[in-house]
Amino acid sequence: MTAQGEGSATELFQNVTCPFCGLLCDDLEIARTGTTLKVVKNGCPRANAGFQRVLPPAKPLVGGREVGLRDAIEAAAALIRDAQLPLFGGMATDVDGARAVMSLADRACGVVDHALSEAQYRNLKVLQTSGWITSTLTETRNRADLILIVGSDVDKLHGRFFERVVCAPQSMFKDVAKRTVVFIGEGLDTSAASGGRVGEVINLECPSGRLTDVLGVLQARLRGAPLAASEPTSPKRGILATLLSRSRNVVGKSPEIAGVKLAQIDLVAEKCKAARYGVMVWAPPSLTLPQADLAVHLMCEIIKDLNVTTRFAGLSLGGNEGSPSAASVATWQTGYPLRVSYANGRPDYDSYRYSIGRMVAENEGDLLVWTASFSTDIGPPVTRMPTIVLGTPGIRLSQPPEVFIPVGTPGIDHAGSLVRCDNVVSLPLKNLHRSRLPRAADVLAAVERAL
Amino acid sequence: MMIKLTGGKVYDPTNGVDGEVRDIYVSDGRIVAPAPEARIDEEYNLKGRVVMAGAIDPHTHIGGGKVTIARMLMPEDHARDEVAHTDLTRAGTGHALPSTMITGYRYAEMGYTACFEPAMLPANARQAHLEMGDTPLVDKGAFVMLGSDDFMLRLIAEKSDPSLIKDYIAWTMHAAQAIAVKVVNPGGISAFKFNQRKLDLDEKHAYYGITPRDILVTLARGLLELGVTHPLHVHGCNLGIPGNVETTLATIRAAEGLPLHLTHIQFHSYGIGGDRHFDSGAARIAELLKQNPNISIDVGQVLFGQTCTASGDSMRQYNGAKNADPKRWVVMDIECDAGCGVVPFRYRDKSFVHSLQWAIGLETFLLCEDPWRIFLTTDHPNGAPFYTYPHLIRLLMDRGFRKDMMQKVQPDALKNSTLPSLEREYSLYEVAIMTRAGPARSLGLKDLGHLGAGACADITVYVDNADREAMFARPELVFKNGELIVRDGKVTKVVQGATHVARPAYDPAAIEKPLKDYFDRYHTMRMENFKLSDEEIVEGGRGKIVVQPTKARAS
Repeated sequence: MTAQGEGSATELFQNVTCPFCGLLCDDLEIARTGTTLKVVKNGCPRANAGFQRVLPPAKPLVGGREVGLRDAIEAAAALIRDAQLPLFGGMATDVDGARAVMSLADRACGVVDHALSEAQYRNLKVLQTSGWITSTLTETRNRADLILIVGSDVDKLHGRFFERVVCAPQSMFKDVAKRTVVFIGEGLDTSAASGGRVGEVINLECPSGRLTDVLGVLQARLRGAPLAASEPTSPKRGILATLLSRSRNVVGKSPEIAGVKLAQIDLVAEKCKAARYGVMVWAPPSLTLPQADLAVHLMCEIIKDLNVTTRFAGLSLGGNEGSPSAASVATWQTGYPLRVSYANGRPDYDSYRYSIGRMVAENEGDLLVWTASFSTDIGPPVTRMPTIVLGTPGIRLSQPPEVFIPVGTPGIDHAGSLVRCDNVVSLPLKNLHRSRLPRAADVLAAVERAL
Repeated sequence: MMIKLTGGKVYDPTNGVDGEVRDIYVSDGRIVAPAPEARIDEEYNLKGRVVMAGAIDPHTHIGGGKVTIARMLMPEDHARDEVAHTDLTRAGTGHALPSTMITGYRYAEMGYTACFEPAMLPANARQAHLEMGDTPLVDKGAFVMLGSDDFMLRLIAEKSDPSLIKDYIAWTMHAAQAIAVKVVNPGGISAFKFNQRKLDLDEKHAYYGITPRDILVTLARGLLELGVTHPLHVHGCNLGIPGNVETTLATIRAAEGLPLHLTHIQFHSYGIGGDRHFDSGAARIAELLKQNPNISIDVGQVLFGQTCTASGDSMRQYNGAKNADPKRWVVMDIECDAGCGVVPFRYRDKSFVHSLQWAIGLETFLLCEDPWRIFLTTDHPNGAPFYTYPHLIRLLMDRGFRKDMMQKVQPDALKNSTLPSLEREYSLYEVAIMTRAGPARSLGLKDLGHLGAGACADITVYVDNADREAMFARPELVFKNGELIVRDGKVTKVVQGATHVARPAYDPAAIEKPLKDYFDRYHTMRMENFKLSDEEIVEGGRGKIVVQPTKARAS
C-alpha cells in the first residue's frame, strides 16, 4: 500500500508547503517521479530530508503479523474499547488528523497530548499567567529594525528563517533602517545574519543555563535599576543557583553577568529603547534550561516594558510536527491547549497531570495510541502499555506495537492544512501523490466508527 | 416529505406577518406555499405557540485566532462550565468563551440558526473557517477585515484607480471566503505598529499620510459600487474613550449618505459630561440616526459578569490592557495585515463605569425607533457571552423587569443616562425584526430570516411565556432546513450548517498581477496559498457554500 505515485513521468508541483518545520515555507518546488520526490527549489536541510526520504514498504501489522487495513482498524478499535484510560499521544498530524484524534479521544474517554507539547508549554504557562505581545513572520520580516535571538540556534532548527525573515532583501516600508541582530545564548551560529538588510550583529555569549541571568539584568537595566553583578562564586547550577545569583547585587571590578559584560547588556538595552519595532525571537524547543518558562516570561515582560515608549513584540518559533495545529484544534474544541482528559466524559484540563510524557513514564493509563505522520524520529516512548501506532513508514519504534498502521504524510501523500508557528497563519498542504497511504484522519475516524 | 406546523402565532416581519395564526408547510428543507390538499407526513400542533424564523446573530466572535487565543488564556473560565459528551453531542466547555461545538449547540438551543463572525483577518481566514467548520447546527459566514492592511493603505495613499481598489476588495472577499467587509479602527491597527497610540477620524497616519475618514469612505463606496449587500461594517475610532460620541457622530456625517453599519455602538457612545466626566451619548446618536437612514447599528450590550474581550483593535486593546481582569492579556501585530488584542474583563454592577455602559446599551435599543436598523448583539464575548440574549430580550420587552434591574446597578450611573425615563417595551414583532428579518436583509441572506415560501425552513417555536427570558432561553422546537434539531431547549439531532459568502465581480488579471508581485516580494506566504478554496471549507461533510447574490458592479 506504500505504492505508488503512478507512471515514470515527472510532475512538477509549485507553491508547495513544507510540513517539516513550524515555519511552513510555502514556496517550494517539488518534482515527483513515481514515488520519488525531489526538492527543486527553496529547500533546506530539513525539507530535503523530509521530502526526499525513500519511503520503506510498510503494511498494517497486528501483533507483528501483516494484516489488511480493515483488520488493523478492528484490532485497534478492540484495544481502545477495552482500555480504561487510553492515551492519545503523538498527534503529529495535520488539522484534520488532530480533529480526528480529539473526536476519538472524546468518544473513548481518553487523554490527548502532543509529542512536543513540553516545549509548547514553556510558552503556554506564560500565556496563561501573564500574556504577551507578539508578532508574526511577515510583520517581523518587513518591520523589525532590531531582532534579538534568544537562547535558540534558529538556523539549525529552521533552515530558512534567516533567509525569509531576518535577511529578506526588501521591506514593504520605505524608511526601515538596517536591522541590528542581537544573539543571546551559548554557541549560537551568527553567520546567517548577513546581507544587505542586516547592519550590526551583536553576540552576547552566555551559558544556556544562565540565560535568565542575562535577561534579568537586561530587564533591570531597561527599568533603570542601578544594578551590577559579578560572577557567582558558587559553581552550582540549576534554579536555586540562578535565583541566588540574580538576587545578588554585587558590584564587581569589571561587572559581568554570566560571562557577559554589563556594558554590553547596557548597549543592547539602549538599542532596545531606540528601536522603532524590535522583535525578540525564541524557539521553545531550544530553551532546555530547567526554568525555561521563566526565560519566556522575562522576555515577555521586557517586551511589555518596552512598549510603554516604543513598539516591541515577541516571536516564538518551533512548532514542528504539527504541534501548533494540535494545540489550536484542542483549544477550539475544548477550550484547553492539549493535556485534556475526557475520562469523566467532560474535558478535564491539567497541564501537569495530563502530560502524556509524564503519564507514560509513571505508567498511568493502559493503552497508548500514537500518531506520527511527518518525521521518523517522533516514535512513541518506551512503555509497558500496549501501543497502537499510526505512523509514517520507517518510524522509529522502541518496541513492537500491538497494532501498527502506516499512514500518509500530510502535504505529500494527501492534502490538508497546518497552523504556522506564529499561531495566526494556516497553510494549505498539497497532495503530491507520492503514495496511497491513508490519511491518519480517515484511519482514526474508521477506528471510531468501529468502536 | 411534507411537514405541517399548524396553528402557531407567526411573527414574520419580512412578509408583514405580525402574530397572525398561520399554518406553515415545509418540504425538502424549504418552506412552501400553503398546500391544504397535500399529504402531510408529519404535523406539529403549535396552538398557542410563537413561531419565528431561526434567529440570526450578525456579530458574534465565534471563530478565528483571537477567539482561540482567548480560549487558551482563560482555562479557569472554562472549568466552571465543562460539558460532557452525549450519544449525540461532543464534549466541550462553555461560559464566556465556549468551544466550537458547544457554541453551535447552545446557539441552536437558543433558537439561533445562523451566526456571523465579524472580524476575520485575511491572514487568519483559513483558521477562522476551520473553526466555523467545527461549529455545528448553525449557518456561518464571516466579514473580512480591511483598512489596516498595508496593500489597501498604500492603494489609498497612492490615490490608485478606484477600480483597482474595488478589485482588491472583491479579491479579498473571494480569497478569504467572506460575505462582507469590516473595518476596525480604520488605519489605527497599522498606526499602532508605527507607535501611534490613537488615531482620530481626521488624524493622519504617520506613515501613509491618510486618515481614517479616507479609509472609511473608500471602503464604503467600494462596497456599494461592487454591489455587496451588507454595507461596510465599521468598528470606529476611539473605542471605549470618554468623549468618543463626537467621533461617532462625525463618522456618521463622514459617510455623506453612503451606507455604513456601525457595530457595537455602545462602546462608541461615551460623553464627557457629569461629575465623573463620563456620561451617555446614546440620545445624541439616536437623534442623528433618525436623520441618516443610510446608517444601521448593532449595540454590543454590556451585561454583568466575567467575560473576555477579543478584538482586532490592537491599539485600543493595548490601552485597555491595564484594566485586564484577571491580569493577563495578549496583543498581536499580524502580517502587516491586521492585529488583535485579547483582554479578560469582568463587568461589575457596582462599578459606575460598567453600570453606565449597561445603561447606554439599553438606552440605544430604546431610543432607536427603527428596529430594521438596529440588531441585537452583545458583541459576544466582548459585552457579554451570547447566552445572555434571553435576559437582554426581557430587559427590552419588560419595563417592570428593567426597573427592577436598575435597582441593582450603581445608582450614579443612571443619573448620567436617560434610561430611567424610557418607558418603551419591544414587541415580539420588533424582536423578530431585530433578531431575524433585519440582519437577514442587511447581510443579504436571500432565504434566511423569514417564513415565506422559498425560505430555508429554519424555524423556531417558543412557548408564549410572559417571562420573556424563560421563553427565549428555551425554545420548544427548532428546525434547521426542515429537520428538527432541538426539542425543549435540547439538541436532538446534529446537522452541519452552510457557509454564506458573497462574490462581487472583479478583474483577476488586473489585481493578481500586482498582488502576486507584492506577495513574492514581501510576504512569507504565496498569493496562491493565501486564497482559500471551497473544498477546504466543505471537505469532511462540513456543510456547503451558499453564494449570496450581489448587485451588478457599478464601475
